[in-house]
Amino acid sequence: MKSLTRLGSADGAGKFGKYGGQYVPETLMEPLKTLADAYRHFSRDPSFKKELANWLEHYAGRPTPIYFAGRLTDNAGGAKIYLKREDLLHGGAHKINNTLGQALLAKKMGKRRVIAETGAGQHGVATAMACVALGLAAEIYMGSEDMERQRLNVYRMKMLGARVHPVDSGSKTLKDAINEALRDWVTNVEDTYYLLGSVVGPHPYPTMVRDFQSVIGKEARRQILKQEGKLPRSVVACVGGGSNSIGIFHGFLNDADVNLYGVEAGGHDMSRGKHAAPLVAGREGVLHGMMTYVLQNAEGQIESTESISAGLDYPAVGPEHSYLMSIGRTKYVTQTDMDALHAFNQLSQLEGIMPALEPAHAISYATKLAKTLEKEDSIIVNLSGRGDKDVDRIAKQFPQ
Amino acid sequence: MQNNSRSDDPIGKKFRELGNRAEGVIVAYLMGHDPDPKAFMANSVSLIEGGADILEVGIPFSDPVADGPVIQAAGTRALSAGATPRKIIDTVGELSSQYTTPFVILTYYNPILAMGIEQFMKNASDNGVNGVVVPDLPMEEGDRFRDTALKHNIDSILLAAPNTSEKRLAGILEKSRGFVYLVSLYGVTGPRDTLSPQALETVKKVKSLAKGVIPISAGFGISQPQHVSSLLRAGADGAIVGSALVRTVAEHLDDPREAPYYLKKTITALKQASKQPGC
Repeated sequence: MKSLTRLGSADGAGKFGKYGGQYVPETLMEPLKTLADAYRHFSRDPSFKKELANWLEHYAGRPTPIYFAGRLTDNAGGAKIYLKREDLLHGGAHKINNTLGQALLAKKMGKRRVIAETGAGQHGVATAMACVALGLAAEIYMGSEDMERQRLNVYRMKMLGARVHPVDSGSKTLKDAINEALRDWVTNVEDTYYLLGSVVGPHPYPTMVRDFQSVIGKEARRQILKQEGKLPRSVVACVGGGSNSIGIFHGFLNDADVNLYGVEAGGHDMSRGKHAAPLVAGREGVLHGMMTYVLQNAEGQIESTESISAGLDYPAVGPEHSYLMSIGRTKYVTQTDMDALHAFNQLSQLEGIMPALEPAHAISYATKLAKTLEKEDSIIVNLSGRGDKDVDRIAKQFPQ
Repeated sequence: MQNNSRSDDPIGKKFRELGNRAEGVIVAYLMGHDPDPKAFMANSVSLIEGGADILEVGIPFSDPVADGPVIQAAGTRALSAGATPRKIIDTVGELSSQYTTPFVILTYYNPILAMGIEQFMKNASDNGVNGVVVPDLPMEEGDRFRDTALKHNIDSILLAAPNTSEKRLAGILEKSRGFVYLVSLYGVTGPRDTLSPQALETVKKVKSLAKGVIPISAGFGISQPQHVSSLLRAGADGAIVGSALVRTVAEHLDDPREAPYYLKKTITALKQASKQPGC
């Protein structure tokens, strides 16, 4: 499919089809241009690339393996399930791929102060780590509800020297943390670098974060070819903002026979306010600087969301996902809180791997998908993070 | 003066009229239906009768990234009182049938998209709205929006910021209608005790580039009569006061009937300052 070779490049205005763009206050327009120019420059600079590759290898722990989950496969009964082990990275999630890239860029741009938002706390932790390692000051905005349910990560951020600002506005979750980070950036735009954690926000963030995460897909494609001698039938990843999924999808976008599935948070159920599935149940709108699918009411007010996993609890999604869905290249489905908990237990007990609740949604869907495929087929699931941060929550659900 | 607003445009006319007598335009902002439709109506009337030259009415959005805590809270109050874009525009319709003051709507892009740009403009135009400001819709994304506004005789007012480059400013000055909304500081909306250091410099820079083609009004952080006179002396054609008025509304939630008295007092003092900017 030749037409797909142009996939994955936003146009000059940062649009993926009609999605993306820069819907931000005027004060941010020049800083975004400066950022886009700096990124374009450094992303082509061999010494920057070499430096980043070095950090990824020796500090973050790349490449991560793919692992054939034999007992999970037998249990599901069908296609072979492989896990891309991003949970093994430093910090425990794929987030470090992006924070090292952007922190290095911030440093090259001469910024000393870095701000970031975080939902589950994984991006906050990964930002704090990258900033310490590169000698930058980090301040993290986190919804007070998320601080409550991901307390472990709050401690980690503080121990890593970051300041954590609780956000009490709105739903007190990731969406509000992004609002507050944007307000900080508008105020301190001259000396501050905003290190966004997902493929969301105004251009160039969706492209830049995607590029930094696409290492996942590049490795996974090489690894599966080596191990299986052929491409997988499907690739499955969870979608909150959508960075781990776009990262692995990008390795396979041009392989038209590889089906790409994004799994959104089905939350409690699919009634209004009880899930976090904008691609499955939202409609087009503008939030956080981008045109994309958004959960909103008839008057355009953003809906509250619910998910057991703070990292998926977000009412919008990266614009490239909206685009890929609109051209039919990717498919999006949901799995509920209970599905994710079940998958957490399954993977823990069958493979000795505790997944974060976010990728547990993807594990859950992959086991169902596997049953519908042939035994010689394979599926790669992006295991985007480890579950230590969720142990408290899961212990409450299953006291035994 | 050569002006890129239409000759029958009430906003442009207001700036010309006052400019001819060396007087600044006071744009007064309130969040629509804050804390409820009736109190909002009374507060609006007090501002108009107290001397506001243009009334700017906010339509709340759940995620207002350009706003500080004062206006965020006002939006939350309005939404809890059941405010919708349609209901607020209807209230503006009631006001515009009684007062000749120009009316401007300020809201974020998503509530407008949800209604549909065409429907929004038609509805606004039918209810006497003369201009619209959308803080998260920069020049580059707004072609269709501006064309639709123009078709319905509504001024699409663009914003400029202290760090807007001269190249962008040229585009903003050319494409904005009615006036240019100058964000006078780095930050979100909210009353400040002193005028930001960037404010006067920014006014001077933008004014010199505007060359009288379009009026400039400065907003964000402006709460005192002396802020107004300083801005006008620096060359601004108008001043926008928002959070200071919204804060007054917030201070009288126990007895909203008291708010109009204080709002009128504040706006009268601000208006007075706009008449004597001094030399």
